Amino acid sequence: MADARVIPLYPGSGNVARQTGRSGSGGDSSSRPYDATASDEGSGEGRMSWDETVAEALAFARRRVLGDYEVDEFGFDAELTDHLLLPSLRPFYEKWFRVETIGLHNVPAESGALVVANHSGTLPWDALMTTVALRDHHPASRQLRMLGADLVFRMPVVGALARKSGQTLACNPDAERLLGGGELVGVWPEGFKGIGKPFRDRYKLQRFGRGGFVSAAIRAGVPIVPCSIVGAEEIYPNLADIKPIARLLGLPYFPVTPLFPHFGPLGTVPLPSKWYIEFGEPIDTSSNPEGAENDPMLVFNLSDQVRETIQETLYRLLAQRRNVFLG
Amino acid sequence: MAPNVVLVTGVSRFVGGSLAARLTANPAVERIIGVDTVPPHRELLRRMGRTEFVRADIRNPLISKVITNSKVDTVVHVSMGDHSNSGNRSVLKEMNVLGTMQLLAACQKSPTVRRMVVKSTSAVYGASPRDPAMFTEDMGPKDLPFSGYARDAAEVEGYVRGFGRRRPDVDITILRFTNLIGPRIDTVLTRYFALPVIPTVLGYDARLQMLHAEDALEVLEKATVENIPGIYNVGGDGILMLSQAIRRAGRVAMPVPSLAISPVSSFFRSARLVDSSPEQVRFLNFGRVVDTTRLREQFGFTPGWTTRQAFDDFVRGRDLRPVVAPDHVAAVERGIAGAVARLR
Repeated sequence: MADARVIPLYPGSGNVARQTGRSGSGGDSSSRPYDATASDEGSGEGRMSWDETVAEALAFARRRVLGDYEVDEFGFDAELTDHLLLPSLRPFYEKWFRVETIGLHNVPAESGALVVANHSGTLPWDALMTTVALRDHHPASRQLRMLGADLVFRMPVVGALARKSGQTLACNPDAERLLGGGELVGVWPEGFKGIGKPFRDRYKLQRFGRGGFVSAAIRAGVPIVPCSIVGAEEIYPNLADIKPIARLLGLPYFPVTPLFPHFGPLGTVPLPSKWYIEFGEPIDTSSNPEGAENDPMLVFNLSDQVRETIQETLYRLLAQRRNVFLG
Repeated sequence: MAPNVVLVTGVSRFVGGSLAARLTANPAVERIIGVDTVPPHRELLRRMGRTEFVRADIRNPLISKVITNSKVDTVVHVSMGDHSNSGNRSVLKEMNVLGTMQLLAACQKSPTVRRMVVKSTSAVYGASPRDPAMFTEDMGPKDLPFSGYARDAAEVEGYVRGFGRRRPDVDITILRFTNLIGPRIDTVLTRYFALPVIPTVLGYDARLQMLHAEDALEVLEKATVENIPGIYNVGGDGILMLSQAIRRAGRVAMPVPSLAISPVSSFFRSARLVDSSPEQVRFLNFGRVVDTTRLREQFGFTPGWTTRQAFDDFVRGRDLRPVVAPDHVAAVERGIAGAVARLR
């Protein structure tokens, strides 16, 4: 009886869930074979009966209320991320942006690696979607630990959530500590120049900072995985930047999109573009000679190499794309 | 080589007094001299046993006489107070900074002093959104602390370093402690968590690293009897988020928007409930975690309590009656689960 009614937890089969739920409340106990589309990543979670789901949700709520959970030194709250933050992003990943990942095998399964990606889209949806991609679709279900600007941690709510979801400040000590601990670290070296660039500059990579990410990777001896994200540029076409308001609010830019700010909250709804996230061949850094991280020439060359790889991949993906929204 | 005559400052307070009590149990230590401006209360005095208490102010040159006359060879300076007790900042600053200067001047003149142990604080690293996740001993604060305890500690450390340059024959150990916690100790943080409703800053959640007071005493004792010069971060393993700690203590958080912080904090300060200096508020915004690798590998000490265990020990030991009791929460959970089971 307990496993008679099955509610798939994945939004991919939401209507199935509703149907079974209705038939269940009517007292109909006919066992219904589990919908195969929902079980794309196995594990027991997808096969729970609804009372087990309720029990698990209750246990989760109890642990949260009593503070009975683990947080690492960076403030990463794995339980909150897996139970609350990722599930709320999953519909966007699967339904809204219909993200397709390419080359996930290029991301190492166990060891540390540095994922370097292009940044775009006014709000960092690209970072969130890359996290979902690696967590849900990488065979080793890897948690991406992102490096963010200090502005992120200065802001209320956003800063606290960023730390809880595993982000930390983009600085070399943190990057090396994470990489040395075998974590998968994500970095968006274009920073605000990339995410806040005008729509006409879409898919043109901006300057890659000072190459601090390269020296961190060399020091930790981990490979750099270039990651190219197509689709994020179109979610909020940034038509203009009102600098005085940005200065007033202490923000790096204040965007004007077709829907923002004149439509208010509606303007924060991203356009449903079709996304592709491609992970390229890892670039080895461990073969460099000792002390290579202090050689600015080598660091800049490597940084350029990563940048070129991402830019070329972007152009290739764009050439294959026929429609912004349909892919 | 074990010290013969140890001078402990701030002996009337918990850390100084308990350290003296621990040292009395060590037969290698010949004499223990405790100094403070006020006499320790009776229970502490009893625990201190053979410690000789000298009522003296370290700001007074008299301290020099104490050091020379009794041939002190090890000075343990733990009197640096946080801003928990007195509301008067200038007095405290004078005690912390000028007291240390006077003490160092006395030590510099004394030919017998060979070792100095200073209890500092990880507050010297400050707290800001630009902080790395963990501070190592070589890092400095992103913004120099402009007032309060952190500023005092930074100045004290500066004077101690200067003393080290002038007396290179003296081995100096500076211990940067994270927030001490435990059933018996009274600090800013223990008072804060004893409030039934705990004001926090809306939208921020600090990472807290704590150290059990017993671990702190053990570290101080080890630094006193062994010779391990250097600067060491001392903190428990792991962290608790502020929100998590409040929940574990069964308290209710009261998030206050940052704009309303100053009226609320002035209320708490005038009510003498908790310290709510801007520095403390920054700490509660961003928190601070230190790397204790050097403590483990060079100093040779691993804290016996993790941050979480130390905090739980504090909650149990203080007998804080939880506002949100775990039993009630479990009962609610069972109730809902039961209702769900009946529904099926």
